Amino acid sequence: MPTKLSARFCSFVLSLFLIAFALPAFAGPFEDAVAKFANDDFSDTEEAVGVIASSGNKLAFPIISALQDGRLMADPDSKKVYVTGTDGKSIDAATGEAVASVPDSASAVRLNNRLRRSVDAALGSLTLQSPDVGTRLQAAQSVFKSHEETALEAVDAALAKESNKSVKTALGEARAAILLFKSDATEVEKLEAVATLKARGDQEAMALLTGMGDQPPSVTKAAASAISSIQSSLAVWSTVQNAWYGLSLGSVLLLAAIGLAITFGVMGVINMAHGEMVMIGAYTTFVVQEVIRTRYPGLFDYSLLIAVPLAFVVAGAIGVLIERSIIRFLYGRPLETLLATWGLSLVLQQAVRTMFGPTNREVGNPSWMSGAFELGQITITYNRLWILCFTLAVFAILLAMLRYSAIGLEMRAVTQNRRMAASMGIATSRVDALTFGLGSGIAGIAGVALSQIDNVSPNLGQSYIIDSFMVVVFGGVGNLWGTLVGAFTLGIANKFLEPVAGAVLGKIAILVLIILFIQKRPRGLFALKGRAVEA
Amino acid sequence: MLTKSTRDRAASFSRRGVLAATAGLMLGLASLTGAKAADDTIKVGVLHSLSGTMAISETTLKDTILFLIDEQNKKGGVLGKKLEAVVVDPASNWPLFAEKARELITKDKVSVVFGCWTSVSRKSVLPVFKELNNILFYPVQYEGEESERNVFYTGAAPNQQAIPAVDYLMKEEKVKRWVLAGTDYVYPRTTNKILEAYLKSKGVAQEDIMINYTPFGHSDWQTIVADIKKFGSAGKKTAVVSTINGDANVPFYKELGNQGIKAKDIPVVAFSVGEEELAGIDTKPLVGHLAAWNYFESIKTKDGSNEKFIKDWQTYTKNPKRVTNDPMEAHVIGFAMWVKAVEKVKSTDPDKVIDALPGIEAPNLTGGVSKMLPNHHITKPVFIGEIKGNGQFDVVWKTPGLVAGDAWSKELDGSKDLIGDWVGKKCGNFNTKTNKCLGSGS
Repeated sequence: MPTKLSARFCSFVLSLFLIAFALPAFAGPFEDAVAKFANDDFSDTEEAVGVIASSGNKLAFPIISALQDGRLMADPDSKKVYVTGTDGKSIDAATGEAVASVPDSASAVRLNNRLRRSVDAALGSLTLQSPDVGTRLQAAQSVFKSHEETALEAVDAALAKESNKSVKTALGEARAAILLFKSDATEVEKLEAVATLKARGDQEAMALLTGMGDQPPSVTKAAASAISSIQSSLAVWSTVQNAWYGLSLGSVLLLAAIGLAITFGVMGVINMAHGEMVMIGAYTTFVVQEVIRTRYPGLFDYSLLIAVPLAFVVAGAIGVLIERSIIRFLYGRPLETLLATWGLSLVLQQAVRTMFGPTNREVGNPSWMSGAFELGQITITYNRLWILCFTLAVFAILLAMLRYSAIGLEMRAVTQNRRMAASMGIATSRVDALTFGLGSGIAGIAGVALSQIDNVSPNLGQSYIIDSFMVVVFGGVGNLWGTLVGAFTLGIANKFLEPVAGAVLGKIAILVLIILFIQKRPRGLFALKGRAVEA
Repeated sequence: MLTKSTRDRAASFSRRGVLAATAGLMLGLASLTGAKAADDTIKVGVLHSLSGTMAISETTLKDTILFLIDEQNKKGGVLGKKLEAVVVDPASNWPLFAEKARELITKDKVSVVFGCWTSVSRKSVLPVFKELNNILFYPVQYEGEESERNVFYTGAAPNQQAIPAVDYLMKEEKVKRWVLAGTDYVYPRTTNKILEAYLKSKGVAQEDIMINYTPFGHSDWQTIVADIKKFGSAGKKTAVVSTINGDANVPFYKELGNQGIKAKDIPVVAFSVGEEELAGIDTKPLVGHLAAWNYFESIKTKDGSNEKFIKDWQTYTKNPKRVTNDPMEAHVIGFAMWVKAVEKVKSTDPDKVIDALPGIEAPNLTGGVSKMLPNHHITKPVFIGEIKGNGQFDVVWKTPGLVAGDAWSKELDGSKDLIGDWVGKKCGNFNTKTNKCLGSGS
């Protein structure tokens, strides 16, 4: 019996011990740090992040990642802090115990930029060994950015275990960044670090090398040569980048001008309300997105695909209406057309202002149009890339339509010789209306694309009308290919001038160049030849 | 060729159109002239663009004044008379501002005008207000370097917005390298000149300052954002101080977001981006970028005055999502000051009201009391707010007390000795070194 009793006693004592160890001690440094979140003071929060990140407590990661996402709730009255999970369940941040609900008085712990940086650094060293490759890569990159000495151990440990090649490179770079700024690192280590950064070869590497402060002379020398080699490679990339920006600007110009190339270039109508057709297309996108947001939120990524045909139809219909009610009475009277369409553009602007209000409307970017990817040392944003593809597609379709479809044939016939076409049985006034509608419709689709990069406001069209005319006149009236070449030439010229002369002077220089060019070649780059022009 | 029936249809269509248009016109005229009948009202002029490019910002201010007049009339008006708004539309056309101001003062006989947004519109109406001796309340942050007898500036002077913002970045974010980016017109140019002088006085080297101007409505920010990125990777903490005009900000911020410039790397502090501008943009990529203002909608007040104002405003506009912003608050303060001054002198005579206004205090919406100074500027608190995911701002810093507006910048050589004092010296540009009033020449 006594043996049994002593055994029971022993197990009792043991379990007491276990409980004592399992329960975290109250008012330890970790708990103190957690309670600091409730003070709503940025310096206290920063201190807490530092303590928690280095505590080794398994709650550190959930707490800090919750802080980053605004899911860390603090109650200023009870000084209690809660982590709300992404699944809606909450735990007490100090003990890790589940709680039924977070009190109403609790609010998310606030962050500022300085704190966001330390949170990133803390999360970086905590997630270096995460099972997910993407997380590890991100962690290595944020350690590279913060390059704090305290993370060195974690980086070394992670580096020893890492098998993925790109993560390994990133870790190596992070290690180099830390060593470069570590005062007691050996010269050999530092030289290695400089070499690693030189191999990385981007602006961030250069930033580290230029900002590294006092170093042994051999390191300074190596850094200087690394900087100059990075600089020369970046200079090449910056030319590529300017060319890409030029293409992208050119595609926007082309998109805005392509409808005008039809109404002005092909039909000869000076349509000052062309910009407003673009605006109507943009507002159509807004309405489509608004309907999708309220009724079918799942379809948001397809909103632009739905908006394109709708914008074409809406703007095209308005175009036909304008042609039938105003412009057809003014054929052959360019001055009156100009005045009438300009008045019309003001009417359309004010109509939209009255209907939708004077403020900008929010048109969201679908996920496939947000963000960017790196190509070598340049950043290519998805929205610009898609707009370039879209513009080329619109151009190709339009060209094919004019070339191969029956209506395209009729359009060409009417523009080349109206009376002959009429006597061949083509209903010229119907063709006029359709051509104008087509030009307006294409302006409408341009609006869908431009809504992704510009303000959707009643003034949207105004900012494009001058550029559009410039492109059409420069490229050569009546020639779609001229519009294409003109748009890209202007875009690229603008983007190579801008870094040198600044945005304002660059624009002026382009205008002056065009004026001089038009003096020399009044019909633009690709002049139409033949009797139709003289007529 | 038209057939008879289509021609008839067209004719009847246009006739109906004409009828509708005339009816509309008459309605419009009636609402304008209908106001004329009552003589026992005090007329308040509202000179804000309701069409054209500036309509985006100014329409709200027109609504604000109408709202304030409505509230005042519910309390019984001023001096026992009802207030009556006379609204005109200068259509974002600067010379038209002067014409409309003249019309308000001579034809409608208004006692005070609340209006203007851009500095050029203010400069255009100045001679009219001087000649006809009336009062203008100007509610927008501006470049300073002005103090006029007939104008009361309720928006921020540079030392009430730009300088504290730069101080914040220096102290809190430890910024060493500066991009001053602005739209190419008078406000950004003067503000950047002041900031450049201020930064240099704080020991910032010339090569650590990059100044960049863009045209109005600039929409292709790729090159500039790439330049900023490059400028920011010189190993020193970099920030952008943006005086980019309202509308061009949306594509600018979009490009920043797309090129992956986060606020924690290169923060942007803006002086022309408020709740209204953010309403047209997805703010999630912008979280952490900053704005400096004297008022934010999100500010919680102990006495609930801001909360009450927002609620009343949303009820009045019948739009539960309608936001409030800094220039609106400036009008609220200016309007309250004018009412107090009129009640103090028991008259709406401009001369008496102008003399009574300096020294008048009125509560602002952030829990403090603003005071009209002898230089016709007011005292204001300065807040730095970070953009949140929901399009509002989270105040991360504020000045300890109220900051008095300087009409003349202390940073610029040309104006550091000048003060505006319409109480003692009766002069808008008094030189304290030479003890002379420069007069209306400059």
